[in-house]
Amino acid sequence: VAFAFAGPASSKVDGDTIILGSAISLTGKYSSNGVNAQNGYDFAVKKINDMGGVKVGGKTYKLKVVYYDDESTPARGAQLAERLIQQDGVKFMLGPYSSGLTKAIAPVTEKYKIPMVEAEGAARSLFTQGYKYIFAVLSTSEQYLASSIALAAEMAEKEGKKPSDVRVAMVFENDPFSLDVRAGVVDDAKKYGMKIVLDDKMPRDLSDISATLTKVKALKPDLLVVSGHEKGATTAARQIMEMKVDVPMIAMTHCESGKIVQQFGKATESILCPTQWAETLTYKGKTFGSAGDYDKAFKAAYPSYKTVPYQTAQASAAVLVWKDAFERANSFDTDKLRDALAATQLDTFYGHMKFSPAGNGIGKPMVLRQIQDGKYVVVAPTKFASAKLVYPRNAEQ
Amino acid sequence: VVAGRAAARASGKPSVFQNISLLVQAPVLNIQLLLDGLCIGATFALAAYGLALVWGVMNVKNLAQGDFVMMGGYIAVALAKAGVHPILALPIAIVGMFVFGLVVYRLVISYVIDRDLFTSLLATFGLAIVIAQGLNLIFGPEVRTADSGLDILSLFGGLVTIAEIKLASLGLAAGFAVIVILYMKRSRMGQAIRATAQDARAARLMGIDTDRVYAFTFALNAAICGASGVLISMIWVIQPFFGITYSIRSFVIVTAAGFGNLPGVIISGFGLGLAEQYAGFVLGAEFQQATVVALLVLVLIWRQIEQARHRQAVR
Repeated sequence: VAFAFAGPASSKVDGDTIILGSAISLTGKYSSNGVNAQNGYDFAVKKINDMGGVKVGGKTYKLKVVYYDDESTPARGAQLAERLIQQDGVKFMLGPYSSGLTKAIAPVTEKYKIPMVEAEGAARSLFTQGYKYIFAVLSTSEQYLASSIALAAEMAEKEGKKPSDVRVAMVFENDPFSLDVRAGVVDDAKKYGMKIVLDDKMPRDLSDISATLTKVKALKPDLLVVSGHEKGATTAARQIMEMKVDVPMIAMTHCESGKIVQQFGKATESILCPTQWAETLTYKGKTFGSAGDYDKAFKAAYPSYKTVPYQTAQASAAVLVWKDAFERANSFDTDKLRDALAATQLDTFYGHMKFSPAGNGIGKPMVLRQIQDGKYVVVAPTKFASAKLVYPRNAEQ
Repeated sequence: VVAGRAAARASGKPSVFQNISLLVQAPVLNIQLLLDGLCIGATFALAAYGLALVWGVMNVKNLAQGDFVMMGGYIAVALAKAGVHPILALPIAIVGMFVFGLVVYRLVISYVIDRDLFTSLLATFGLAIVIAQGLNLIFGPEVRTADSGLDILSLFGGLVTIAEIKLASLGLAAGFAVIVILYMKRSRMGQAIRATAQDARAARLMGIDTDRVYAFTFALNAAICGASGVLISMIWVIQPFFGITYSIRSFVIVTAAGFGNLPGVIISGFGLGLAEQYAGFVLGAEFQQATVVALLVLVLIWRQIEQARHRQAVR
């Protein structure tokens, strides 16, 4: 009985180990990115422990993460969050993978006032609920493709046209995440007075947008934006190729995880893809050094990765944020930790970490990369660009 | 999002009328929609034909239909990875899925075939989950395609394009359908299947081994789904959890065609493909599937009226 009582009460910090908890998708439809995120958590935990651990109250602690597999289902995620907090006594949470799972877990962590640093839930709607204990290291979804609008405006001016002459065609999946991305695009297009000539929403279980692309061909827009997870990217890339859709600028999300370059090669040239992070960025931090250093070190530790997905990098960043918060709070009190997290100002390989009062990451921008010769190179914002934008597209038809 | 909608309206949201006027201004776009619709309809019709067969002969409503389709697709993807051209994967997938169908029949279906509707629904639903999760374990959740390496045809100065693989799929699907239909008409097994469908008890009395007929029918359905999956992997994308979409489409087609109406299945398959394309163009992608289901409702209402009239005439 004593053991049963002692368990939950002390397991947030077990001897010299701080225990973090996470429900993460190790099986089911999010399993690839779930594992990417888990590897990111583990890699950062190991690095921090190897470098001496976390100093709280003059004592050094090691980090450890307790994982449960949420099977990529929100209901299971919420159950497991309860279990982590109630049964395992976890007081410090790391996020799950995907906005959907984060949405399922956030009400639980709020209820128990357990701070959660999450790295994989970007939906805007996570930060409009008045949650106080959620902190996201990544940029929110409405920023994903908004920068392509600014880029299109810039190109129009270069050609001696007005930004308001730009005609935009939009294809978005009908799900909360993609509609958030859409909202960002619509807001920015409105700012420039651009005309939206096409606004189609693809149903979740549709893998054909040829009718929509037929319209795109007839309407000849200046910019085509697409967002619909991996399926949307793969479907769009394939059908843009098959239907020889010739638009001077195309931007879409999930290019990399949809593996469009590997699958459709030259037909994907010059497509713009947003990313939370790239190894060529000039970000630097104490623990991992530069973005490039992180990239190298991770590949050395996990040789099966040819490129490091941003999902992994941001998971590592979440662990760095926790370490920093523990040391500044100098306490394991969850409310003190919450306040410390809210006041985060941390430079990392993943960018500057800072949270808005709503908890979303505002320290770093979304960057836009372009596929050039089959490689992803950063073209915007100009401050971080490592290559010049190719405009109009020069895809091999 | 609400602000977004308002903004879209302010900047002149594209309307249904504009889309229709596009079709009037550039009539060749109709050709694009027709071609796409027919090619897609052909693959739908295949899977639906298999469903109609199993439904009609065995009275089993196979909820794993779409998952069989995905299995066929993954056979093509796996073979393509091993260097086999996906079109050559077609016969391999047909044979492989036929054997798989036989095994599933022996292990699962043969036990539920005489039970009530819900038992067979539950069994095939369970099967669907097992197949989807199994594919996910083996191949991972990524969206996959098989590359046919075929070219793209451009017509009317590039305004209409059609991937040759879509035309090839149309041809292959049609060829395969003809073989199956001829087989059903001419061969002994085909006759036995039709006899069993008409009256299983009478067929048994006539010396037909209905258990063998059932096994063969179920395996044939799996093979047809496999073929459909190979084609879908080449013209669209596949993913372990996309099966349900094809199950639903098959049910819609078979329901619209009417019970026991095999030629009707093929016609309504094409009709569905065309309706999806036109709905997607005119109303927008978000109404593509809603339109199809709405059409199904209309067909059912119309049939109800017809039947009522028929009943009155008989009375």
